Amino acid sequence: MRGPARVVAIPGFGLTMGITLAWLGLIVVIPLAALVIKPWELGVGGVIASLSEPRVWAALRLSFGTALLAALINLPLGLLLAWVIVRLRFPGRALLDGAVDLPFALPTAVAGIALTAIFAPNGWLGAPITALTGWQVAFTPAGIVLALMFVGLPFIVRTVEPVLRDMGRDAEEAAATLGATRPQTLWRVVLPALAPALLTGFALSFARSVGEYGSVIFIAGNLPMVSEIAPLLIVIRLEQFDYAGAAAVGLAMLTLSFGVLFLLNLVQRWLRRGRR
Amino acid sequence: MMGPFRPAHEDAPWARRLLLGLALLVALVMLLLPLLAVFTEALRRGLPVALDAILEEDSLAAMRLTLIVAAITVPVNLVGGVAAAWCVAKFDFPGKRLLVTLIELPFSVSPVIAGLVFVLIFGAQGWFGEWLRARDIQIIFALPGLVLATVFVTFPFVARTVLPLMQEQGRDEEEAAATLGATGFQTFWRVTLPNVKWALLSGVLLCNARAMGEFGAVSVVSGHIRGETNTMPLHVEILYNEYQFAGAFAVAALLALLGLVTLAAKTALERVAGRRAGGAA
Amino acid sequence: MSIEVEGVVRRFGATAALEGVSLSIASGEFVALLGPSGSGKTTLLRILAGLEGTDAGRVLIEGADMTGVPARERRIGVVFQHYALFRHMTVFENVAFGLRVRRDRPAEAEIARRVRELLALVQIPELERRYPEQISGGQRQRVALARALAIEPRLLLLDEPFGALDALVRKDVRRWVRGLHDRLGISTILVTHDQEEAMEMADRVAVMEKGRIVQCDTAETLLRAPATPFVAGFLGEAARLTCRVRDGRAHFDLPLPPVEVRLPDGPALAFLRPAGLVLHAGVGPGQGGGVVRSIRDATEARSRAVVEVGGTLLDAVLAPGARLERGAPCRVEVQSALVFGADGARAEAEAVLLAT
Repeated sequence: MRGPARVVAIPGFGLTMGITLAWLGLIVVIPLAALVIKPWELGVGGVIASLSEPRVWAALRLSFGTALLAALINLPLGLLLAWVIVRLRFPGRALLDGAVDLPFALPTAVAGIALTAIFAPNGWLGAPITALTGWQVAFTPAGIVLALMFVGLPFIVRTVEPVLRDMGRDAEEAAATLGATRPQTLWRVVLPALAPALLTGFALSFARSVGEYGSVIFIAGNLPMVSEIAPLLIVIRLEQFDYAGAAAVGLAMLTLSFGVLFLLNLVQRWLRRGRR
Repeated sequence: MMGPFRPAHEDAPWARRLLLGLALLVALVMLLLPLLAVFTEALRRGLPVALDAILEEDSLAAMRLTLIVAAITVPVNLVGGVAAAWCVAKFDFPGKRLLVTLIELPFSVSPVIAGLVFVLIFGAQGWFGEWLRARDIQIIFALPGLVLATVFVTFPFVARTVLPLMQEQGRDEEEAAATLGATGFQTFWRVTLPNVKWALLSGVLLCNARAMGEFGAVSVVSGHIRGETNTMPLHVEILYNEYQFAGAFAVAALLALLGLVTLAAKTALERVAGRRAGGAA
Repeated sequence: MSIEVEGVVRRFGATAALEGVSLSIASGEFVALLGPSGSGKTTLLRILAGLEGTDAGRVLIEGADMTGVPARERRIGVVFQHYALFRHMTVFENVAFGLRVRRDRPAEAEIARRVRELLALVQIPELERRYPEQISGGQRQRVALARALAIEPRLLLLDEPFGALDALVRKDVRRWVRGLHDRLGISTILVTHDQEEAMEMADRVAVMEKGRIVQCDTAETLLRAPATPFVAGFLGEAARLTCRVRDGRAHFDLPLPPVEVRLPDGPALAFLRPAGLVLHAGVGPGQGGGVVRSIRDATEARSRAVVEVGGTLLDAVLAPGARLERGAPCRVEVQSALVFGADGARAEAEAVLLAT
């Protein structure tokens, strides 16, 4: 490995590294350190007590459960959209391609009230759903999953799409010459090739969803123990000036979500074993 | 007996039609309907009502605040993001992967936590709470807090869009510039920057859109003081919670327009960049 | 300008890219650095350009120590392997770059005049408005050369500059670049792994192996008197055969006639060039029987052939007048060979006159 002091050709290492570290330190590292340190003002027992409230458990379970479920449902939907955008030619394809980025561009609060309006019991889709099935979407955990699906969908499309584009068709043609049927080709050749990208998309979608706030609180109903997400609990504790308790929930969320992401990363390595 | 020739990688026509239909249905329900709902609800009681809600004093104040926050956030993250991309792409040093991970970290941190951390440091019961109160400096529930939380949330955008391109372009051109006598600043300004300008602009657009639309992080540090610490997205929430739906959706429609403009501009940028890259050959 | 490289050492982590390289280049000389990939030639070039630091040793230009002098102050022109043209600039702007970033920046009219002069020199005046993507590989190379010449370099470095060109163009461009060197008289170093290119273009060729310069000589000397088995094997065509010296004769492990050689007894390594291996019609007495496997250049005075001896294929020539066909048995004569003893000593071997 080449040490930075040795590369005399391109200047600016000291300056840019300095700016980067200052920027990163002041905005990200020190504040997150505060999150890691703060809860322990309560003492270890206090942190455990603060986190073992049933309401905290329920909120964490809800946040992680809905985020994982939303990412899971988004897998086939994202794959479908990516496939159609890459493989099919039809009028309006460019428009569909652009629409995929809408959740990136639409402020979360806007998405939140819009989804609520659509899926409320008297909304465009909420009314017929309730009439047909008796289920209610808005103001229940189902509404949370829906909002998180909206937020996470583009992540999966945008990670699968380039891989699908680069994959080319040789492998599929080779499979056909070897006698594979179309479903066999899709299942044994195409899907395994896309698996790492799908998993990456899943992880990104999950990471974004698990802490999502703006698009969720309008549609969630925010009923303690039922539809109250963990970020909302942090806000509530802050409003009660329980800083350490809020930080404890925050730290628990961060630890859990990095744990999940780490596990997904391990699966990813296993999927990519032997590949470059 | 045989149908027309169909390449091995193509699905049967019925399958293609089915896929397309499903995809359009998903896009309609999941992507387009929410957008449609915003504008329909905003105009439900007529354009004049919507305009009134937008031009009302508090919402004008919210707009002003949102613009100020973005105007501070974007340059900060532009400078930081470009510096980070430059030192990661053009140099080798131990700990580089850790640095990249840290730069991308804010993407996987809940916006509420992004707000929370600054409350922990600068809030009334925070590390510097006493000290700040003694000097009558307000950070939380004031502009500095809003800016800090927004900078945190939009931190990775510029670095993330510019870095891959800089890495792909390697160091050859910078080294060539050095042998031709260019200083570091000349190299950056005349060689590196022109090569990444479209990506940079697109990163700035995304950063700006997120800065203006951020909700969770600013909600925690704002204190929701009408006309003072309310940004546009927070103003939407207040109106909504007060059952002023037409007003809430009118302001939301404005934010949605901002998102659409950003999206269109980004697509146009990618076209231009694509034409520059591929069309010349 | 004269260049002096003194004991330069460069390590990347645990591996040494250069292990004490010394080289001196006279003013106006054209030297090639020739070696297989990984031999350290590009590292040496980057150190000369100031793009890479050293762990020990130094580089002197006109007697001035270059240690610590950044690339931009060295005035050394570099033609990079993939040219590294500025892709967002026109050909004109690429060539003008070195003039524009100078502290004493010339006037715009002067810059334009110089750029056009250089583009005329490299024979592409019509391309000044094009972008690098819009021109061919050969044209890009000319732009890179013009750009490097614009700073009036004290030394010109060419890093595998012909690698990206197709074989037909390559020969012409080689001669043209050498001609340009003769006209401008700028000291030049060419990095290449192509021996033909090195020997055709350079006054002297420095052969590199594993971070060292093993021999630096004219092409003729390298071929006639290679300093090490590596040089003998790397330059020119030669079959590498093990043998054993006994009483002034080298006996091959293959069934070939022995050769006379002045080396102490022991194992040795022989290099046989095709011209030294002559095939005669008919099966001769004793050792040296082979079978012709293919014949080419049949129209030339000495046809080349491939002969199978003891299961090994060797390049050889036909004896004048010998009529041999594919599959025919033949007698193989070793007329000359280069033999390296176990201690590295080299000797030229001659055929033993067989008493029939």
